[in-house]
Parts: sequence; structure tokens; C-alpha cells
Amino acid sequence: MKIRVRYFALFREQAGCDSEYVNWTGGTAAELFQEMAERHPSLQNQAAALVAINDEMSAWETALKEDDEVLFFPPVAGG
Amino acid sequence: MKFSVSDTVIDVDAARAAVADRHCGALVVFEGWIRNHNEGQEVERLEYEVYRPVAEKEGAKIIDEALTRFAISHAVCIHREGLLELGECAVVVCVSAAHRDAAFDACRYIIDQTKTRLPIWKKEHYVTGVSEWVNCENCAAAGHSHGDR
Repeated sequence: MKIRVRYFALFREQAGCDSEYVNWTGGTAAELFQEMAERHPSLQNQAAALVAINDEMSAWETALKEDDEVLFFPPVAGG
Repeated sequence: MKFSVSDTVIDVDAARAAVADRHCGALVVFEGWIRNHNEGQEVERLEYEVYRPVAEKEGAKIIDEALTRFAISHAVCIHREGLLELGECAVVVCVSAAHRDAAFDACRYIIDQTKTRLPIWKKEHYVTGVSEWVNCENCAAAGHSHGDR
């Protein structure tokens, strides 16, 4: 399936790009992150990272669908 | 708008005016400022990155939750994005209520939730010329497992 991935803040720097389209066998958002971490060795998992799918905050266990836009948020630090 | 993101100086007076109500006997205002130090390092300035589509939606949810959970009348929160200098206001929360207890509690709830749920990141620029994303290193050191969620 085709998925659009977007990276923010630290993740953008680690991935070396702010977005990309990936062809992928399918699975959860957490599995997609692991796949992207293999493609971008600098991209590292973080305990407090968050994920949004199509601009909605989501659980890492959410199964992705064709044409989803997945947003990987490193640990947030507002305020 | 109850929650908004601003790329210019926050108008705190306007935020206060937005929650003004003659039924209210209490106004609690929290301002978060850019301080000159963090974890032993001297900070020169700070940069906020905000992903607005989700921050605005989730921010509005936080305000709605506060209005439901606490006996308050009005609440607004404004968060900055972009490059901020020392002493500037990074975030303001204004809550009005009939009585002060609920206003304090709701204000605390809104700022705490804003810090942990919204896609907002800050990069500190130190006087040494080094800059880094705040918090991320601690999390990386703690390790990560998405499967544990």
C-alpha cells in the first residue's frame, strides 16, 4: 500500500527529509515507524513519541490504510 | 477561538478580555516565559515549531475538557510559534470562573495538557552556539518500545 509519511522537529532532522511516499506491505503505525527507522538509520524510537493519522491523534497500534498520511511526532515540549 | 497559535507577540490583554464576564469573580492567568537557562545551560533564544492542524484541533479539545470538568465560565489558550527572545511570552492561559478554586484547577489542567498532548516542539539556542531540541535526549536515553503502548 502507498502511505505518505511526515516527520517533525527532531524526527525530520534524523530522517533527513520532512515527508516521503512509501510503498509498504501494511501493518500498524508502530510497525511503519520501525520500517522507516530501518530505512533511515539515524531515526530513533523515543518513549514519548506520538503519532497522528490524517491529522487525528492516533494509537501506535492503529492499522494503516491505503493513502493514509502518517505524522510522526517526536516527544512534544510545548509551553 | 478558544485555542490558537500565534506567530507574533501574544496580546495578553486581549486574551484576558476574551474571558471577561460579570458573572465571574475570579480570573486566573498563566504566562509561560522564555527563561535564560535550562538544565545548566545558558539559553540565548528559543524556537517553537508547531504543527497547526493537529495542535489547534487538540488544543480546542483540551479547552472543552476543562469547561466540562471544572466549574468555570470561559477559557482561552494562545501558544507562540517561531523564534522567541528571552523574556517573551510563549504561552498564555486565561480562565474565568465564579470562584477561584475552579479557575486555578482549570488553568493548571490546560497548561499541563498543552505541554504533553500538542504537537509543539522547542529548540533551545545556547550562548555557546549549540542548539538542541528540548526533552528529546532524555527520552532517547530512556529507550523506546512502541509495542509497550
